[in-house]
Amino acid sequence: MTEGVAEILSGRSICVCAGSGGVGKTTTAAAIATGMAAQGLKVAVLTIDPARRLANSLGLPELGNEERRVDPAVLEAAGLGGDGELWALMLDAKRTFDELVERHAPDERSRDAILANRVYQELSNAVAGSQEYMAMEKLYELHHEQRYDLLVLDTPPTRNALDFLDAPERLSRFVDSRSLQFFLKPSRTGLRLLGRSTGLMFSVLKRVTGVDMLQDLSEFFQSFGDMAEGFSERARRVNEMLADPRTVFFVVTSPRGAAVDEAVFFHRRLRERHMPSGGVIVNRMTMIEDPGDDDVEDDLAALLGEGLGRKVARNFDDYRDIARGDRANLERLERELGRDPMILVPHLEDDVHDAAGLARMNEYLFAERGSRVPA
Amino acid sequence: MSSLLDKRLIFVTGKGGVGKTTVATALGLLAARAGKRTIVCEVAKQERMSRVFRREGVGYHETELAERLFAISIDPEHAMEEYLRQRVPGPLYQLLFENRLFQYFAAAAPGTREFLTIGKVWELAQLERRTAGARPYDFVILDAPATGHGLGMLHTPATFRDVARAGPIQNHADRVDRFVRDPRQTGVLAVALPEEMPVNETIELEQALHTRMGMELDAVVANALYPERFSGEEGEQIEAADGTHPVPAVAAALNAAHAEHVRARGQRSQLRRLRRASAANVATLPFLFEPELSLDSLERLSLELERKL
Repeated sequence: MTEGVAEILSGRSICVCAGSGGVGKTTTAAAIATGMAAQGLKVAVLTIDPARRLANSLGLPELGNEERRVDPAVLEAAGLGGDGELWALMLDAKRTFDELVERHAPDERSRDAILANRVYQELSNAVAGSQEYMAMEKLYELHHEQRYDLLVLDTPPTRNALDFLDAPERLSRFVDSRSLQFFLKPSRTGLRLLGRSTGLMFSVLKRVTGVDMLQDLSEFFQSFGDMAEGFSERARRVNEMLADPRTVFFVVTSPRGAAVDEAVFFHRRLRERHMPSGGVIVNRMTMIEDPGDDDVEDDLAALLGEGLGRKVARNFDDYRDIARGDRANLERLERELGRDPMILVPHLEDDVHDAAGLARMNEYLFAERGSRVPA
Repeated sequence: MSSLLDKRLIFVTGKGGVGKTTVATALGLLAARAGKRTIVCEVAKQERMSRVFRREGVGYHETELAERLFAISIDPEHAMEEYLRQRVPGPLYQLLFENRLFQYFAAAAPGTREFLTIGKVWELAQLERRTAGARPYDFVILDAPATGHGLGMLHTPATFRDVARAGPIQNHADRVDRFVRDPRQTGVLAVALPEEMPVNETIELEQALHTRMGMELDAVVANALYPERFSGEEGEQIEAADGTHPVPAVAAALNAAHAEHVRARGQRSQLRRLRRASAANVATLPFLFEPELSLDSLERLSLELERKL
């Protein structure tokens, strides 16, 4: 398979980069966004990260919840100039959550009640869970506004790369008043639906949780009740957006065993969920071409002298060991992929953390059809 | 080293892909060798540790993989079931646990999963175990989620304590919180690679740990450090010969040597930056030229850690 990122992304409006931690997702997302901007598109890249990785990648001192344009001069200097525009934003989960409440609240009173509620404040601040949801939310919002030709999403660094797919549904279940209000404050209908157990359960829960928490929760769900419809509707639309053929998922991985295991698993899940796959991007390949088993020590000794020649040969043996392992893992991945493309990016000598590094990655990501490895 | 081994719980975190599981396992081997009954807790059903020991996945069972070295894979569903079983009388427990709405609620509430996980880790680290018939451990290692989520997990007991304000959850959360913040009981070990972004993330973790939790990093392990095989002069020689050789394998060998040299140098400068920025002791582990880590390699790494931590 020899398609490059540009061909895969042609006609698409959303590109999601997913994969396990430490495989270069953020850098890949930044490189893709930069490359597509260089081709003349108006692109926004979204990252969610307490560690501000994307800001590092693009030389932006800081990123906020609003998009900021990357200085064209920075891109130009790295040979990534073009007619397009590159924008970047770092998601602030708490801010996005607040904005969502402001948008959905039926009136000012309920809005203020929610924003001031203790449960809400703690939950919207908690990192886990809400971050993934808010990533989807922000993506949806930007998609809906149609101000960009292409949105590139760098997914959260969860151990389980799939959490973000379930996030909208999980959160909408959480705020779904119809179930939870019965549960917390049994009404006539609620009791009838659930039978006698509800009252009993209410008392059990009191014992497990403490009564204050229940009261806060109850208030929370009451004020959230009017918004629940909006939330479920939103979750449904986010799912539609992700499954739309104009969206594409890249699974990003390294060639190491554990990462490939996760990439295989993730690719399967995408397929099961009928999410549009763009294939796999393998970063940090030790060597892209098979180095063979030839003994090179004599040639190297002739070239560099015996001592250094031998050291270079030893080093090469070590690299070939790793490369062989990589290749075996890739074969496994290839069997899994079927017709989906696989794009290989070598382990570059320098860490990729600036525009010049992104430009080097793009030589591989955007290699022309039929020449997956540049000369 | 002794100061780390004197604690009861070590929280191992760091950027994704830096080798947290490797370091957690090596630390486990070394603690077990030192005579401590040790358990390594994995989360998110990864089961990487049992794979190294060529065993079936351990699941939610405390399983002895080597002498004195145990492993468990903690998932929030089992942790919740256990928690409720211990605190709610039989029939009521059934009622609660089998209630669909309660299940929804527990699965959906942000932070619940993390709270249940760290609650179980806390339970494992107690001298008096709540789990019936369970023996105590001397040393508990949590192979925690990556930096942001890891920090979030450390913070969930405080969050739940503040939300609950009174009652059994508040009590429980408060006890767990006090335990993880007590430097005599709990230590935090950050794993990094000597590379730009992991070093940044480690520095930010150290600051966030201090400001959000009032905690300090106890140690940093800079993992996968390349050997310095070539001197500066040799590096120049290699570069001068680079890429022009007609035999492809020789050209590839020269490329590999050049890459190695540049990377080793870059890593040294990142390592210096990490050491300047961090107040904690920074120990290094070598890059191993093996496609997958074997148990022997882990033993070697654990001996290395023993010398350096």
